[in-house]
Amino acid sequence: MKWRIDSNSPIYRQLMEYIVIHIVSGRYVPGERLPSVRDLAEIAAVNPNTMQKALTELEKEGLVYSQRTTGRFVTQDKELIQKKKKNIALHEIDTFLTKMESMGFSRNEIRQLIREAQEETSSE
Amino acid sequence: MNELITINQATKKFGAIVAVDDFSVKIPKGVIVGLLGPNGSGKTTLIKILNGLLTCDSGEALINGMPPSPETKAIISYLPDRNYFDDWMTVNDILSLFETFYEDFNRAKAEAMLEDLRIDPKQRFKHLSKGTKEKVQLVMVMSRNAQLYLLDEPIGGVDPATRDYIINTIIKNYNPDATVLISTHLISDVENVLDEVIFIQEGRMVLQSPVDEIREKKGLSVDALFREVFKC
Repeated sequence: MKWRIDSNSPIYRQLMEYIVIHIVSGRYVPGERLPSVRDLAEIAAVNPNTMQKALTELEKEGLVYSQRTTGRFVTQDKELIQKKKKNIALHEIDTFLTKMESMGFSRNEIRQLIREAQEETSSE
Repeated sequence: MNELITINQATKKFGAIVAVDDFSVKIPKGVIVGLLGPNGSGKTTLIKILNGLLTCDSGEALINGMPPSPETKAIISYLPDRNYFDDWMTVNDILSLFETFYEDFNRAKAEAMLEDLRIDPKQRFKHLSKGTKEKVQLVMVMSRNAQLYLLDEPIGGVDPATRDYIINTIIKNYNPDATVLISTHLISDVENVLDEVIFIQEGRMVLQSPVDEIREKKGLSVDALFREVFKC
């Protein structure tokens, strides 16, 4: 996955989001050792201090933890990962609903449209 | 504090033109800093003052607490804004030159980078394209194990793929004890690798701020803020 940094929000927060997506999608599995700060900075093409900050923030949230000598790991707390995953989904849905409602769709119409869209994809 | 660069009220005039005007700044170790300003804003003059190629008319510039001197030159790796190698030299000659002059030069690293960039060390400098000359200079400068890298427009003359390579090299080379100062007006290309930026206009400091603080407070990228501040 190519890391795309957009121009409006702080870079470290966008890096946090990328790493979280890697974790909730299972690309980084619970207990897995993360690449070093330096390697992650290189992969994302960002400043190593900014990557460090992103990881420190994720540590505060409990999604990763570090062990003094061996590096940084994804949390083993699967419940926390599931909770985070659900939060991201709710946030995405909220964004979607806000946009649809701003175009004048009612909740019922939106539900109907989703059903239609699903039928279309399954019939393809 | 752990400052690597301290500039106190430096002023430099060329005749009636004030190139650097009462400029003060402190830059710590272990950061990558963008020196950003439009053409003719004093970026090159400031870098030359740090490097000891120019002296200020008033005020002072200190590197590790020392004024520019042979001692500070030994810890500074400088990429000038123009080519300074003799045309008859081969790339190999330049490698040997750097090996002789700089104790901290890592020849193996330079050779590996030249290979990455598909530059033949047997080529004479005069036979290289403008962009390739710039690449060779950058390879030399980044292959030193310096405490301060002064890069004057390192990406101006090269293609986007090479820009990516250069930026990657700067990230790879990151060392918590060394500072990199990059002057450029190609902000969007370097923004993501910078800790902080300094805006300079008509020789004066306009702003010094961490990149993410600008994004956090103003909701703007550095590139967008630059366009706003320096709007013509």
